[in-house]
Amino acid sequence: MAKTEFDTPELGEFQLTPKLHDGVMAHSQPYIAKPEFQEALGFPGELEDGWEDRAVTRLGELVDGSRALRVFLDSCVKCGACTDKCHYYLGTGDPLNMPVARQDLLRKVYRRYHTPAGKVLGKIGLAGLIGAAEMNKEVLDQWYSYFHQCSQCRRCSVFCPYGIDTAEISMAAREVMDSIGQGQKYCNEIIAKVYKIGNNLGLPEPALVDTLEGLEEDVKDETGVDVKFPVDVKGADVLLITPSADFFAEPHIDGLIGYAKVFHQAGISWTLSSYASEAANFGMFIGSLDNMQKVAERIRTAALELGVKRIVVGECGHAWRVAYSFWNTLAGPFDFLDPNYPAPQHIIEFTHDLIQRGALTLDPSANDEYRVTFHDSCNVARASRMGNRPGGQFVLPREVIKSSVNHFFDMAPETIHENTFCCGGGGGLLTDDLMELRVKGAQPRMQALKDVVEQNQVNYLAAICAICKSQFSKVLPYYGHPMDMIGSVHGLVSNAIQLGTKQ
Amino acid sequence: MSLAVVYAVLFYVAAVIFLGGLAWKISSYARTPAPLKIPTTPAPTTRFGVVARMVREVTVFESLFKSNKWIWLFGWIFHFALVLVLLRHFRYFQEPVWFWVDLIQPFGKYAGFAMVAGLLGLWARRVVVDRVRYISSPSDHLMLALLVAIGGTGLLMKYVAHTDIVALKAYMLGLLRFSIQPLPADPVLLIHLALVATLMLIFPISKLLHAPGVFFSPTRNQIDNPREIRHAQGWTAQIRHDA
Repeated sequence: MAKTEFDTPELGEFQLTPKLHDGVMAHSQPYIAKPEFQEALGFPGELEDGWEDRAVTRLGELVDGSRALRVFLDSCVKCGACTDKCHYYLGTGDPLNMPVARQDLLRKVYRRYHTPAGKVLGKIGLAGLIGAAEMNKEVLDQWYSYFHQCSQCRRCSVFCPYGIDTAEISMAAREVMDSIGQGQKYCNEIIAKVYKIGNNLGLPEPALVDTLEGLEEDVKDETGVDVKFPVDVKGADVLLITPSADFFAEPHIDGLIGYAKVFHQAGISWTLSSYASEAANFGMFIGSLDNMQKVAERIRTAALELGVKRIVVGECGHAWRVAYSFWNTLAGPFDFLDPNYPAPQHIIEFTHDLIQRGALTLDPSANDEYRVTFHDSCNVARASRMGNRPGGQFVLPREVIKSSVNHFFDMAPETIHENTFCCGGGGGLLTDDLMELRVKGAQPRMQALKDVVEQNQVNYLAAICAICKSQFSKVLPYYGHPMDMIGSVHGLVSNAIQLGTKQ
Repeated sequence: MSLAVVYAVLFYVAAVIFLGGLAWKISSYARTPAPLKIPTTPAPTTRFGVVARMVREVTVFESLFKSNKWIWLFGWIFHFALVLVLLRHFRYFQEPVWFWVDLIQPFGKYAGFAMVAGLLGLWARRVVVDRVRYISSPSDHLMLALLVAIGGTGLLMKYVAHTDIVALKAYMLGLLRFSIQPLPADPVLLIHLALVATLMLIFPISKLLHAPGVFFSPTRNQIDNPREIRHAQGWTAQIRHDA
């Protein structure tokens, strides 16, 4: 897993479907989690004898507990509809990055040990006839490589005639690997940090308060207005749960400043929580219901302790999926919050609503230097909603952007909305040990971006996901764009908002 | 033992495995909990909307249409023709024949060609398209071979070498009443029947489970309302918060 040399994919006139290049990404594996972090999450520290049987048993338990998994493993007919839909396949040409082939890495073990045909044919050495296979080290190696080349973006599930979602399969595979002692360093260390300190970045309370005070000074210097960034304020109306990257990463922090200005102008009291200073929930990436629940529980605890009436979630893709789709299940019911507002509410829904009601003064000409396009983040697009209508997750962010800028251009229709391409760094893959994968996986998005840059001179790629923002600031330069081309949607709002014009 | 008895036993066993296996599988899908809300969005926000989405999926293959027009075309032709062919076959199992079975008879007769054509189209993709070739295992080819052979032998009997259809119908009506009648010893017919029984036998243990499976797929059959209604099943049903 030393640093490998690799070539950035070339962009052509249009998106090509590559020929198969067998095994070209087999070497791509993230670092394995150290025993202390495995154990912090309730998993065995490392692989021990007999792991094969334990993997098979755990897989059976997962199938028994998940209708999705059972139906998806049984139903695939190998029609091929998904084979050209994954950004990692399009960017690498490795056939095991075709969604169905990735699923089959797990399906072949399921078939061998958990179906009647596999049990019978396996005993007489004919497992291969139905694509079934033994669980062994070679298979585990393939799992570790290729289930860490899936960003759980669900693009394949849009196109599958049975709605088979490879994200569910890769989550299950990661849970099985964790349960036998082979977890991924990046995700598991981060979850351990949330338990210990409260956020992914390991930013303790004093440092958080310090950072936010610094921000207050910056905004004061820039605008002359006292915009507050409150922490742990009991009785505030709104608890803001946002990805910890918003506290100091670029361009995330411009988004946080934007949220604060919106709260300020709307005159709605709000607070962050030092105990739950993290919207991200990497429990989802590793497919661990147990860890996902524990991380989600912190939000409930914070909301109750602070006595807030509403919870608003900052710009973060998978966090919004967990918040929108899972919080009510994992940490609900939220019947102690004000029933007049959705629980939780996305910051885009919050700002959009204020714009609709005329509560914000926005001057789009403040952003006239920008020609903006919008990247639909996968988890927002295909695993959640905003507003009251299906598809609101596409409409609301664009309306917020268009209220804040004069020049907006969408990328090609087959690459936005539910067809959006992952940034290449989602699903727990945003780590330097997977840089080659991240650069290559960004290729389809970069192809679509290239078109609007050439046709519409786009110079600002707006996103509402902390992972997308970090990923793009890293990979944009590989494709010849400046890293600061990526920005927060609320960074645009922040520029456009005219403070002091409303009381 | 006569052929009639051998085939009678074969069909009784096949019917038991087909129906029993399918019932077992369907009940396992129904009993397995869906702990989280995971519809692929945008998704309908009402029960009616979900039913409409499912109807579109199983009648016009909506998602497949978005995905790949060739697979959609061959797949849809095959499935639609298969439905017509199956309905047409009702006439061999009932006396008198329902009027609508007579009604579709003229279409059902030609649907056999469309069915085989669709299958050959799908099979060609497995050979010609490198990506689909890569993901095909022997059983995927064998399944197509089986279906093409069933369609082919059926067409042979309809258009080339007629079998004694009156005797066959008497045999089938007999099977339904547990009385074994003589079976025409026509090789094409015997192959056709044996292959159909094989298909019934492997149905509940193969990818043909996509037929019931699609109805249970949480990404397609769940309502998008997680904020409005708290979902809890299986693992998540044990989470308790007493406010």
